[in-house]
Amino acid sequence: MSDHSSIDSSGHEAPGNDSHAQDIAGHINTYMWIFGSLLVGTVLTVLMYYVDFSSMAMTVAVALFIASIKAFLVAAYFMHLMSEKKLVYSVLLLAAFFFTGLMGLTLWGSFDLPTNSIHKTSYVP
Amino acid sequence: MEIPYTYKARPDTGLYNAKVGIWLFLASEIMLFGALFSAYILLRVSAPVGFWPETALAWPRGLLNIPIGTFNTAVLITSSVTVVMAWASLQMNKFNHFRIYMVITVLCAFAFLGIKSFEYNDKFSHYVVQTKSGKPVTGHIEVNGKHPRFWNFSDQWTLARLTAENVKEISVAVDPERDEHGHVKSHSNHAHENRTIATDDIQFLGSYTPATHPFFAVYFLITALHGLHVLGGALVLAYFAFPGAKMWKDNPQQFINRIEVGGLFWHFVDLVWIFLFPVVYLL
Amino acid sequence: MQTATQPHSHSHDHAGHDHAHHEPGFFSKYIFSTDHKIIGIQYGVSALIFLLFGFLLMLAMRYQLAYPGQPVPVVGSLLQKFLGDDLAKGGVMQADLYNSFGAMHGTIMVFLAIVPILFGAFGNYVTPLQIGAPDMAFPRLNMASFHAYFLGGVIMFASFFTPGGSARSGWTSYSPLASVTDLVNRFDGQTYWLIGMVFLITSSLLGSVNFIATIIQLRCRGMSWMRMPFFVWTQFITGFLLLLAFPPLEAAGIMQLMDNLFGSSFFLPAGLVVNGTALGVSGGGSPLLWQHLFWFLGHPEVYVLILPAIGIVAEVIANNTRKPLWGYKSMVYATMSVGFLSFIVWAHHMYLTGMGTKIATFFQTTTMMISIPSVIILTALFISLWGGSIRFNSASLFALSFLPMFGIGGLTGLPLGFNASDVYLHDSYYVIGHFHYVVAPGTMFAVFAGIYYWFPKISGRLMNETLGKIHWAGSLFFMNCVFAPMFIQGFKGMSRRMYDGGTTYFLGVDPTALSLNKMITMSAIALGLFQLPFIINFFYSIFAGKKVHSDNPWNATTMEWSTPTPPPHGNFTSEPVAYRGPYEYSVPGSKTDFTPQTQKP
Repeated sequence: MSDHSSIDSSGHEAPGNDSHAQDIAGHINTYMWIFGSLLVGTVLTVLMYYVDFSSMAMTVAVALFIASIKAFLVAAYFMHLMSEKKLVYSVLLLAAFFFTGLMGLTLWGSFDLPTNSIHKTSYVP
Repeated sequence: MEIPYTYKARPDTGLYNAKVGIWLFLASEIMLFGALFSAYILLRVSAPVGFWPETALAWPRGLLNIPIGTFNTAVLITSSVTVVMAWASLQMNKFNHFRIYMVITVLCAFAFLGIKSFEYNDKFSHYVVQTKSGKPVTGHIEVNGKHPRFWNFSDQWTLARLTAENVKEISVAVDPERDEHGHVKSHSNHAHENRTIATDDIQFLGSYTPATHPFFAVYFLITALHGLHVLGGALVLAYFAFPGAKMWKDNPQQFINRIEVGGLFWHFVDLVWIFLFPVVYLL
Repeated sequence: MQTATQPHSHSHDHAGHDHAHHEPGFFSKYIFSTDHKIIGIQYGVSALIFLLFGFLLMLAMRYQLAYPGQPVPVVGSLLQKFLGDDLAKGGVMQADLYNSFGAMHGTIMVFLAIVPILFGAFGNYVTPLQIGAPDMAFPRLNMASFHAYFLGGVIMFASFFTPGGSARSGWTSYSPLASVTDLVNRFDGQTYWLIGMVFLITSSLLGSVNFIATIIQLRCRGMSWMRMPFFVWTQFITGFLLLLAFPPLEAAGIMQLMDNLFGSSFFLPAGLVVNGTALGVSGGGSPLLWQHLFWFLGHPEVYVLILPAIGIVAEVIANNTRKPLWGYKSMVYATMSVGFLSFIVWAHHMYLTGMGTKIATFFQTTTMMISIPSVIILTALFISLWGGSIRFNSASLFALSFLPMFGIGGLTGLPLGFNASDVYLHDSYYVIGHFHYVVAPGTMFAVFAGIYYWFPKISGRLMNETLGKIHWAGSLFFMNCVFAPMFIQGFKGMSRRMYDGGTTYFLGVDPTALSLNKMITMSAIALGLFQLPFIINFFYSIFAGKKVHSDNPWNATTMEWSTPTPPPHGNFTSEPVAYRGPYEYSVPGSKTDFTPQTQKP
C-alpha cells in the first residue's frame, strides 16, 4: 500500500510527539474536572430523591436533567464528541432521531385510544 | 491488495475503520437500550393503580438499595476515567501508566459486577407478602429456617408451593415502613422486626423477581443486559492490558486506536448506567 | 501481499495461488474463511437451501388448504413419522402443524432465506468488488456474522423436532398468544424461535456494521458517492435499516423470552384467562408493546427485502438496455427517503388494535408519503428502458418482469395503508397476495436475475440460456396464477388464518372463493416444478457450463467485471481507480458501447 502514502499523510501523528504530549497533558486536567463533576452530579441526583417535589413529573424532570448533564460530560469529553468528525455526528443523529420516533410514537399510540362511544354501545361479543 | 485504513485515518472521513465500526455499533446499542427504556416507560405509565400491593402507587418505588447503587455508580464512573487516562498515557508514550490504569478499570468492572450480584441475591430472597387480615409487608423471608438463594431457582417460594409442601408459617424480617412515595418514614424503626405469618393468612406471596411485577422484570432485564456489556467490555480491556499489549511494540498507532475504540464502548456502558441508575433506583 | 506491482493476470485457474505462502486447508477455506467472496457463497448456498425448505413447507400447507383433511401426498407418512401423531396423524396436517408450518414459512423465508441471499450473499460478494475494495472492512466480523446466522438457522430447524413442534404463533409471534401456546413445557418451539432470532439479529447487526463501514471507508480512489453503482447505494441504506431497526426487536425478543422462561409479564395483561383457567402471572404488561417493537423492525424489514432487489434489477437493466440508468441521482435520493420514512410507518400494521384516529392518521400519512419515493424509483427504472436496445437474456427477462410484478405488489399495498379500507382487508388473503407480490415475483425475480447475471463472475462459466428462459416463463406465469387469485379471495372476505381453507366458513356461501384454493395449490406445485430447470441449470453450469472468454462477458461497466474471474483473494490485481460514473453505456463518440469505470479518460 506504499502508493497510498501521499493520501494518508494527514492521518494521526506519531505517538510520543512532544507538542502532542502537551496537548494530552492539558486533556488530563479536563478529565479530572469531569470526574469530579460526575461524582458531584451523582450525589446531587441521590439528594434529589429525598427532596419532596410536589409532582412526580417534576421529580422525573430534575432527575433526567442531572442525568443528561452527566451523560453530556461523558459523551463530550471522555468520548471526544466535542471534536469528532461529521460522519460520527450524522450516524448518532440518525440513531437519536429514530430512537425518539420509537419512543414518542409508541407512547402516543398507547394514549391515543378510540373515544367514540359507538364502539362501546354497539359492540356485541 | 491489503485492506486500507486499518489504523490510518481515511482522508475524506478522517476516521480509521474500527472507529467507524464502533460508532455504528454504538448507534445500534442506542436503539437496543432505547427500546428497553421505551418499554419501561410504556409499562410504567400504563400500569393500573394499586397494582403493587404495598402502596397505592401503580408502580413500586424505593425498593432498590440506594447507597449500594450510588457506590456502584461511583465505581463505574471511576473506571470510565481510568480508561480514558489509560488512552492518554499511551498517547504520552507511558506504557506502564497505561497498564496500571487499565488494571484499575478492569478491577472496577469486576467490583461493579460483584456488588451487582450481591444486590441480585438480596432481591431473590426479598418478598412481598399480602396478608388477608392486614397491610402487606415486605422483607426477607425464612422458610423452614432457610433463606432462599438466587443461584437456586427451586428455592423460590410461592403461595401454591407453601400450600403444596404443607408449610404452616413463614418468618419475615420486616422492612422499615415507607410512605406513599416509597421513602422510608423518618420515625420508623430501622431495626428489622421479625414477624411470623401463618400460611393460611397469606393472600399473595412473591419474591422481588421478574414474575412478581413488571418493575422487577424491567429492572432485571436492563441491569442484566448492562451487566453483560460490563463483563464483555472488561474481558476485552483485560485482553488489551496483557496479551494484546504486544501490539504496542509492532504497531503503536493501531494499539492506541484499539484502546480508543475499547474505551468508547466502555464509556457507552457508563452512559447507559448514568440513565439507568436514576430511572430504576430513584424514580 | 505485494500484488500491487504484478501485472494483470488472466491465468484464471491459478488466480488465487499467486501468493502461495499459505495453502489454506478445507476448514479455513470453506468454514472459517474470512474472504468476503467465500462468505458470500456460504450465505448464498445456505439461503437457497432454506428457500427451498420454506417453499416446501408452503406446499404442504397449500395442499391442506385445497384438500382439507386429506393426507399430504408423498411426504405425509414422513411427517407422521418425524413429528408424531399429535401433529400429523395419518399424514393429515393437523391444525397445530399448519400453524407451525405457517409461522416457520414466514420466519424462514424472511430471516433465513431472502435477507441472507440479498444482503449476505449478493451484498457480500458484489459490494466490495463494485467499490474497488480488497475485502470487507472487518473480515473476521464478517465470518462471525455468517456463523451466527448459520447457528440461528440450525436452532430454527431444530425447533421442528421439539416436543409440541416449532413456533406456531405466526412469524410475528404476537404476545400473549406466543407466550401461552405451551404452558407446560416452557422450553417449547417458541423459545427456540426466540433464541434463534437473537442469533439471526446478532448476525444482521454485525453484518450491517461491516457493510456500512466498508462502503464508507473502503471505496477506491475516485469512487465518490455519486459514482457508486446503484446496487451499492441500496446495500448502504439497507445496512442502516438493519442496524437501527433490528435492536428493538432483539430487546423485544429477550423480553418475550423472559415471559416464557421466567414468568415475567412484559406482554401479558392482568387477568389473562387461557382455556378457562386464570394464568398465574402477575400481569401488568402490554401486548401492544410487542407489536410496536416488532413492527418497528417489521416495516423497515420490508424495505430490507426490496431495496437490494431493486439494486440488482437496476444493475441488470442498465447493462442489458446498454443505456445509463435514467435519473440515477433521483433514484439515490428516493432510496434515502424510503429508508428514512420506513422507520415511521410501522403502525399501519396495527390499525385494528384499537388505535385512536389521530395516530392512525399520522401513520396513514407517512405510509402514503413513502409510496412517493418508491414510485420514483420504479418510474426511473421504467423510463430507463425507453429507446434501449434491450438484450433479452435470462437475467434481463427476470429483471424486466420484476418491474410490473413489484408494481402490482406496491399498488395493492395502498388500500392496506389507508386505515378505512384496511379495516375490511386486514388479515385477509388480500394481504397475503399483496406482500407476496412484493417478495415472491418481486424480490425472488431479482434474486434470480442476480444469480444469472453474476454467475459467470463467481464460477467462470455461463448458465444455460434455454433452461433459464424455461425457468423464467414458468415462474412468471405460475407466480401470477398463485397470487392473483388471493386478491379475489381477500375481497370476498376470506381470512388468512383458517387452516381448512375456509371450508367451514364459506360452505354453501361462495363456492368460487373456495374453488380458487385448488387452482392456487395446483399452480404452486407447477411453480415448484418450474424451479427444477433452475436447479439443474445451476449445478450443471458450475461443472460443465460454457466457459467465459473474458473477465467481462456482459460488456458491463461496473468494477466487479474488471477483476480476474473468479476474483482472487484481495480481489484486484492492481489498485483500481474509478474515473467515471457507474453506467457509461453507449457514450457518443466512444468505440465500444460501454466504458468501464476503471478506463482512463
